[in-house]
Parts: sequence; C-alpha cells; structure tokens
Amino acid sequence: MQRMEDMRDAYGETLAEIGANPRVVVLDADLSHSNKSDIFKNKYPERFFEAGIAEANMVGVAAGLSLTGLIPFIHTFSVFAVGRVYDQVRISVCYQKANVKVVGTSAGLSDAHDGATHQSMDDVTLMRVLPNMTVVVPCDSLEMRKATKAVYEHQGPVYLRVDRMPVPFVWESLEDCQFKIGRANVLREGSDIAIIASGCPVALAMKAADCAVKEGIKAEVLDVHTIKPLDQKAVVNAAKKTGAVVTVEEHSVIGALGGAVAEVLGENCPVPVWRIGIKDMFGESALDWDELLSAHGITVEAIVGAVKNIVKKKRK
Amino acid sequence: MHPQPVVKELEEKALNVRKGILGIMAGGKRGHLGGSLSIADIVAALYFHQMKVDPKNPRWEDRDRFVLSKGHSVLAQYVALAELGFFPKEELKKVKKLGAMLQGHPDRLKTPGIEASTGSLGQGLSIACGIALGARVKGKKFHVYALVGDGESTEGMIWEAAIFAAHYGLDNLTGITDQNRLMASGSTIVSSLAPKWRAFGWETKEIDGHNIGEILDALDWALTVKDRPVMVVCNTVKGRGISFVENNVDFHHCALTPEQYEKAWDELNRKGGVN
Repeated sequence: MQRMEDMRDAYGETLAEIGANPRVVVLDADLSHSNKSDIFKNKYPERFFEAGIAEANMVGVAAGLSLTGLIPFIHTFSVFAVGRVYDQVRISVCYQKANVKVVGTSAGLSDAHDGATHQSMDDVTLMRVLPNMTVVVPCDSLEMRKATKAVYEHQGPVYLRVDRMPVPFVWESLEDCQFKIGRANVLREGSDIAIIASGCPVALAMKAADCAVKEGIKAEVLDVHTIKPLDQKAVVNAAKKTGAVVTVEEHSVIGALGGAVAEVLGENCPVPVWRIGIKDMFGESALDWDELLSAHGITVEAIVGAVKNIVKKKRK
Repeated sequence: MHPQPVVKELEEKALNVRKGILGIMAGGKRGHLGGSLSIADIVAALYFHQMKVDPKNPRWEDRDRFVLSKGHSVLAQYVALAELGFFPKEELKKVKKLGAMLQGHPDRLKTPGIEASTGSLGQGLSIACGIALGARVKGKKFHVYALVGDGESTEGMIWEAAIFAAHYGLDNLTGITDQNRLMASGSTIVSSLAPKWRAFGWETKEIDGHNIGEILDALDWALTVKDRPVMVVCNTVKGRGISFVENNVDFHHCALTPEQYEKAWDELNRKGGVN
C-alpha cells in the first residue's frame, strides 16, 4: 500500500511548529478549517486573525503586519489568493518587498467537487511574473514540511501552493527529503530524456520513469519545487545530458513550470520540450481528483506516451 | 483648543507646504496638484505637530506612522518630509526624474519617511490596519494615521478595511478622509462619508479640513477614543490655496503654463510666509 498524506495536514502542522516564533502571525479568509491554519489558531489564538471573506484586505493587513517586523502567513484557496487579489499582492506585497507568505490552498484541480470556480490553473503563472516573488510548489507532504520551514526562514514575499488531497510520498522520509529554495532535486538519473515535474505530478513522473525502463528508455526525473527562482542550471544540465524534456504540472501549460522550462531551454539549450498539464481551459466538477487529473491528461500513461514519442523522434 | 501661536505657526507651515508643492510643478512638470493642495493643512498638522517621528532615524521603532492611501497626493508629503530633514530639499527638484528618490507615488524602499508604497487606490488603509494590529501584537504604543481620499472611498477594499478595523477595535488607528468631493474626472459618485463610517462602527467626526485648530482638536480627540478606530472626515477644497485650481478637475493631474505658474506664486505669496 502506497503511503499517502494530505498536503494540508503537513502544512498546518508545520505552521503550528513555526508558531513558536512570536513574530509569526496568521490570517485566514474563513477557510481555516479546510486550510489547516486552525491548528495554529488553536495553539496561538492571540496571533491568529480571522479576516473574514475579504481577501483583498487580508493581503493589505498582512503587508502592514510585516512592516512592523512580524511574519504573516495568509491563507485562502489558491484561486482567491492569486486572481482575486492580484493587484494587492503585486503592489502591497511584492513592490514593497513585504515579508508576506501567501499560501494558496486547494490548488490546481484538487478541489475536484467544487468545479472550475474553485480550481486554479493560472496561479503559478501569475505569481511567477511578479518581481520579488518566490514561488514554491512542493511534491509531497514531506517536502511540504521542509518547504514550509524554508518559506518561513526566507526573507521576502513567497507564494506557497498547497493541494487539498492526500498525495503519495515521493521521499522516503523527512531526513531523506532535500529542500533548498531555488534548488531542484534530481530524483532519478537517466540519459534518454528528462521528466521535469512540480507538485503532485512528481509522483506520477517517478512511476512513468519506472514504466519507461520497460521500453528501454532511461528517464531522468527532476523535482522542481521552486518555480521561481527557477534552478536554471539544473534544467539546462538535464537537457544537455538527455537532449529531450517533458514537463508535468497540475497547472495550465501556459507560463508556469512548462513555460519557464521552455523559456530557459529556448535561450540556453534548445531541445524538444513537451508540456503536460491543463490545456488552455477551465476545470470542471468531478467526484474524484484522480478522475479529473485523467480527464486533463495528467497521468502516468500520458507521461509515458510523451516520453516514448519524444525519444523516438530524438533517435531518428 | 490649541494656543493661537501654535495654530498660527502651523498655518504658515501649511502655506509653505503649498509653496513647496508649487515649486515641484516648476518648468511645466506634471503633477497631482489638486489633491496635494487639498491635504496640505492635514499633512502640516500631522508632521509639524501631531506625530512623533525622527528624521535622523526614519525607522525608529516607536515612531508614529502615516500611510498616504491616496498616494497620488504625495507631493504634499514630500515637502513636509524634506522640511523635517528626512532627505535634502534638493531632492524636491528631482521628483519623478529617472533614478530619483522621489517617485510619482510613495515608495517606502526609495524614500526615507515613507511608510508604505501606495498609489493603487484602496490599499493603504488595509496596510495601516496591519501596522496598527502589528503594534498591538508587539505591545507598541505608537499611533497609525491613514489618509484616504473620498474618491478612493469608492473602492470596495476601503470598506473591507473598515469592517476589519472595527471588528478588531483598532483604537491605535486614526483614519482621515480628504473629502474634497472631486475625483479625477468630476464629482465623486460617493458622498456623505461620515455617516457611512459611523455605520461601520468607527468613531467619526466631520470637520473643516483647512482649519488647523479643528484638525488639531480632532487629532487629539482621536487619541482619547478607546476600543474603536476613528475616522476624521475633513471637508476640503481640491486645489485649495490657488484660486483657479480650486474645485477644478482640470488640475487633478496637470502641468502649469508659465503664466499660471506665476499667477499661482503671486497668490500664495500674498498669503504671507517665506519664499
């Protein structure tokens, strides 16, 4: 049985640990139970502030709190944490380098039931284009724990993306999990193609690499947990080494991981790049997250198919 | 009630703020003239009397904070900060030039004395709420002032902040509304702001925003209010102090012709003060 843990639990528990520092303050826009910021709330009620269903003000208040030397973590679903308050994050947070941690939860398609209004396929792209912003997308709950601490220690604005579902462990253990903001992890060495993934699809990429072996293909797997600043060196090295790249993300293929990798490789090491992710479209309701991911072509089979195709072309 | 000499001195300082604003507009430089002139008396009362700030140590932890939510009116604030010595007056000649410390809108990273980068309307009051809440968390006694435009008060975010500050009883926050009744393109579509703030749970006073004595009294009163935020709604005249600029939205953001510039100086000089 594959070990799994909900990303939110890992996040919420770590946030509560970080709360030992009295400079940490937490705000939530009426979703603390879902976001698991309520673990912090129960432990440190005097430093938890319910912002109500008013996300714009929550961002501004957090900016102000940071200007007094506090470290605010703000929470809402990623659709609201980004699109709804884009200008507030742009000006009140990024432009003035406010030390605010924007935590976007129920990210990607992970809020399957609620449908398109609650599914974010554009948040990483929008956050990535903001100057001074750091964008972190952990792949499993162990990496989430490490990432949350790193985000807390980092001075400056951060967008942290949190899925709402249990996801399989990519890492063996917390000690095993390497995490440094801006440094991609090579999870598996390979010479024929590089699968560059972020978020929950990293587990799919690992499985796809296993399947590819049966096809005689050695795939390298990169876990790019920091979309910005992108580990350009690691991406270019993987491309140089393998000569072909597939990107996989639970996000629109426009402008996020796939876009960032294509930009870097286009300028530094042009190789075939195939992007797997949500096409230029909104999500929809589904009773099951996996089913929704499949409907959007984010599956082991799709990765294996792309890998085979590109390697075949490369070998011609 | 404040002694007449105090009021008189601040009236002169406010006049000098107006002259400083006009000086920045020299040579046909464009600027947000109308809104900067309408807040000159409020800015003078805050910086030259009410607030505890230290120009030699702009980031002094216990200083009072001023957030200019209507960031486009920053010319008035620049003149006050220069007068206090936060930066050399020479900088006023370089406003908005490439590489200048003084940007078109407030920039806390570039300009000593600026507390928050504002200019995208509606955001400053929330930042001020955050600073006030931060003071409470840290057990600090400083006071936070936020100056909001009445045109800006059409923004929904202002009212989100209104709800938040009232809910958390931020009595270390004093909001000031520059109610000049004009936005860039004409009359504001929002009016009667004082009753609105009252309805949102803020202790509210409506005063003449060009009467230094009334401003000082209101600011003193604000410090006595407990468990609630305060909003001082100041009735003002956009462009106050220069007759042809007053109540004329053509001068919301404008350049002055040499003739207009001279006429404006004549009018301000006739009111007294230095320069």
